[in-house]
Amino acid sequence: MKAAVITFPGSNCDRDLAIAFARAGAEVARVWHKDTDLPRGTDIVAIPGGFSFGDYLRCGAIAAQSPIATAIKAFAGRGGHVLGICNGFQVLTESGLLPGALMRNAGLKFVCKHVDLRVETADSAYTRGWAKGDMLRIPVAHHDGNYTIDAEGLARLRGEDRIAFRYADNPNGAMDDIAGILSPNRRVLGMMPHPERMVEAPQGGTDGSVLFRSLMTAMALA
Amino acid sequence: MKARVHVMLKDGVLDPQGEAVRHALATLGFSGVDAVRQGKVIELDLATSDRAAAEAEARAMCEKLLANTVIEKYSVEIT
Repeated sequence: MKAAVITFPGSNCDRDLAIAFARAGAEVARVWHKDTDLPRGTDIVAIPGGFSFGDYLRCGAIAAQSPIATAIKAFAGRGGHVLGICNGFQVLTESGLLPGALMRNAGLKFVCKHVDLRVETADSAYTRGWAKGDMLRIPVAHHDGNYTIDAEGLARLRGEDRIAFRYADNPNGAMDDIAGILSPNRRVLGMMPHPERMVEAPQGGTDGSVLFRSLMTAMALA
Repeated sequence: MKARVHVMLKDGVLDPQGEAVRHALATLGFSGVDAVRQGKVIELDLATSDRAAAEAEARAMCEKLLANTVIEKYSVEIT
């Protein structure tokens, strides 16, 4: 599996994400936001957390208009896998690859802590290593993770089994406790919590590594 | 031409920041504030001198970047 990890000015989880992919056995390429093409043979694009462009205008809004974003949209359009974590999730909603929006946390505070997540579907390359209902504990660190979507959109997410993760104890006011969602073709995943920060024992646990291993398995079968 | 763009959260979308401002105002003794909504003002200096073109351009900018129309509404004022 060849993973392309994107770096925007202000990204700060790109290195962790690259390491998480490498530990799972992936070949990792680092890609700068001004690049106009993804590396040849890319299997998955990963958009990291951080504060791209200083969160100016809205979180992820400027990054969603960067040169590499055009290539990522085309890649997703061809059925490519795209993973967006935290600010990466915000970039995905701002670029229209995922529905809804991430608003300021309901409590107005930056939330930085470990959260318990429930796996809501095992039907994706990202979550196939879990069973529906499994729990995992990984960190969140964000100010704008309050997921919102209109009633019709929410009904679609539920009806199409596209809610990937829910919070056991909602830290940010997100609608329906949503922590992560999938695209209609189930190949684009956006999530606020950070699986890449929980892949080795010294980080406090390895719950996040399941996601990266799941991807490796899925890509090997593809 | 100059364009002034107002971006506000749509009616019905909870504005926690506005609500926090309302609380702070109440603490200061401004008790008669029923609601506060907080938004953004963006001023654009446009090359065109055509009023209609300026408005059309500013609206296109709102749709593509300045507002997130999933949660925000906008209005454009040409001066």
